[in-house]
Amino acid sequence: MNSEIVLRAQNVYKSYHKDRIEVPVLRGVEFEVTAGLITALVGRSGSGKSTLMHLLATLDHPDRGEIHFRGERIDNATRARRDSYRNHDIGIIFQFYHLLPELSAVENVLAPTMIGRSAWDFFRHRKEARRRAEAMLDRVGLLHRASHKPSEMSGGEMQRAAIARALMTDPSLLLADEPTGNLDTETGLDILKLLTEINQDDGLTILMITHDDSIAEAADRCHRMEDGQLRQGMPELLIA
Amino acid sequence: MYRWLLCFRYLRTRYIALASIISVTLGVATLIVVNSVMAGFSAEMHERLHGLASDILIECHTSGGMPDPEGHIEEIMKVCGDEVVGSSASVHVPAMLGIEFNGQLITRHVNFVGLDAETYDNVSHFGRYLLHPENQSQVKFDLREDGFAPDRDQFPASGWNYRRARVAYERAFAVEQARIDSLRAPADIPTSDDTAPSMQIPPPSDIFKETEGATASEFDPAVEQYPGVILGISTCSSRMRDEQNNVKDHYYCRPGDDVRMMFPNASDNPKVVNQKFTVVDMYESGMSEYDSTFAFCRLDQMQEFRGMIDPATQARSVTTIQLKLAEGADLNAVRDALRRRFPPNIYAYNIQTWRDMQGPLLAAVRLETTILNILLFLIIAVAGFGILATFFMIVVEKTRDIGTLKALGASGGGVMSIFLTYGLLLGFLGSGAGLVGGLLFVDHINEIATVIENITGQEVFDPTVYYFTEIPTIIHPFTLVWVMAGAVGIAVFSSVLPALRAARMHPVKALRFE
Repeated sequence: MNSEIVLRAQNVYKSYHKDRIEVPVLRGVEFEVTAGLITALVGRSGSGKSTLMHLLATLDHPDRGEIHFRGERIDNATRARRDSYRNHDIGIIFQFYHLLPELSAVENVLAPTMIGRSAWDFFRHRKEARRRAEAMLDRVGLLHRASHKPSEMSGGEMQRAAIARALMTDPSLLLADEPTGNLDTETGLDILKLLTEINQDDGLTILMITHDDSIAEAADRCHRMEDGQLRQGMPELLIA
Repeated sequence: MYRWLLCFRYLRTRYIALASIISVTLGVATLIVVNSVMAGFSAEMHERLHGLASDILIECHTSGGMPDPEGHIEEIMKVCGDEVVGSSASVHVPAMLGIEFNGQLITRHVNFVGLDAETYDNVSHFGRYLLHPENQSQVKFDLREDGFAPDRDQFPASGWNYRRARVAYERAFAVEQARIDSLRAPADIPTSDDTAPSMQIPPPSDIFKETEGATASEFDPAVEQYPGVILGISTCSSRMRDEQNNVKDHYYCRPGDDVRMMFPNASDNPKVVNQKFTVVDMYESGMSEYDSTFAFCRLDQMQEFRGMIDPATQARSVTTIQLKLAEGADLNAVRDALRRRFPPNIYAYNIQTWRDMQGPLLAAVRLETTILNILLFLIIAVAGFGILATFFMIVVEKTRDIGTLKALGASGGGVMSIFLTYGLLLGFLGSGAGLVGGLLFVDHINEIATVIENITGQEVFDPTVYYFTEIPTIIHPFTLVWVMAGAVGIAVFSSVLPALRAARMHPVKALRFE
């Protein structure tokens, strides 16, 4: 097994301020994501797991501590580098899918490529990009819905489209924030199965954030967030 | 690429934004129509003002005028001969025009101009505005046989044909009147009232007879004419509507009639010259200022009537020298050079360009155009506020999408450019539609005016006020460019604030927005 550390959080602190009152969310979190594994981050609502994911995705800044991606400190990188990191190095899927409603499924999948390239560059390679987008949709079993808008798809289909979008730029790491949180149990299991297949077939590293212990059972490693701090171990040990 | 894709999708799905660009469309169309009509009016007015005024006008303020005009012109050619392509000397004098109309006397104040028919057309478009086609090509102060204003149905019979018929009628009438008077004479018995003192006002015909002198008896109006005069059409006519609301011109006199001119002579102790003239044509420039105040006769006759000929040397004086400059010549530079040559502390001359003379009018038109443009741009500015409000709504509506785009790696600048591009597209769409609409409107403005007249029963441009048959329009490409650029600029400028707000949105807050 490849034991390279893809992503590391070192002594990360994060607080929110509400009405001049400081609400600490993360208190010195030490966290690593190992390449090729599915890592689960479980915890109750408000435990700080989503906040940690936002910091790992550079969507937010830690008050203190450092985030490293493949040895490169990413939390204080330039804005352009952080944009490139989110666009190219990682893929993100959300609980509420966050597909762009004006675009069809295939256009949503193409979105990261369009964002990462100039208009001219995209135009020159548009056929190649479209073929890859359709391949990604096929990978998640949604090619027949390529021209459909999100409003014409079910929750499971939207999440599959979001996974295809996250895979489009061939990222090193997939961050999944409650990927099954908005789905019924059966569909949630289908999505989980899909993610597991992607991990096994492509060797894609996945960090999955969930409040559902049964989902975390599918992970290779599991971390539990409690009051802004982490407990680490094998899933079966951490899941109560 | 994604910004263009999203912009086009927003255009197709956000109809509220399309509604806001209707204001831009209307504003641009209105600006194009108003500027075209104003430019048309302005060009027409410039042409007519310039048509009579020539480029440079040197006026002498003394009653005797400037002696030796040829010498003056030689001096002028020395100063700016390279730029002068034509010159003409003339005499301008204030006068009172007297027209006998139905036994009554109509008087009008006019500027009476004695001009040299050979050279006057070189410095102005005088001939172009005369009614007789032959006079338009070659001005003559001899009465023409017929054929005045062939393009006017309502213009009354004029010329020698009319004059002879009128004289014959007047003579027959006089004979008949004399016969009636002779029949009545024995029955006239003086009454007691005849002895009372009475004040008798001579009829206008007596005023006309007053100064004809001994030669009047030898003058046969059926075959002879007095010195010719060309009258501004509004000095001897009035335009009004008849009972059927049709515009109709009423003429107090016409070519072939005799009128009287009273003007001062050129002596140091001026006396009134009272001279009969025969109307030989009419002048219609379309500028009421000229048409209602000008009358023209031959220069040599005017000089004789006013006593502007030196008895010793036979040198003739003039009051005005008009100059036509070469195309592209600097009017102000020539004027200044002439002012240096004829300084006002020595010469009682007023040297002006035609623009100086019409300065207040031209400035008023420019001011009017500027104010109209400002007011109409305010319409587009209001549309800009509409775009601003709409965009703020869209930014709020799209908050989660903005968060998604940022999560996918879109930069703040990229997100900002979505909304700026959106504003640009709306501006182009709105102003493009306005451009097409405005140009179509201008192209069919006369038909549209007719439709409006039919619907409202009111004439858009009252022909009793405006002397044109079609609404003049000129489309300047530069105007189209700045109107379009201004509208697009306002649309883009209006989208800056919402775009900035979108760009500065925190991605986590945006993703969590509900």
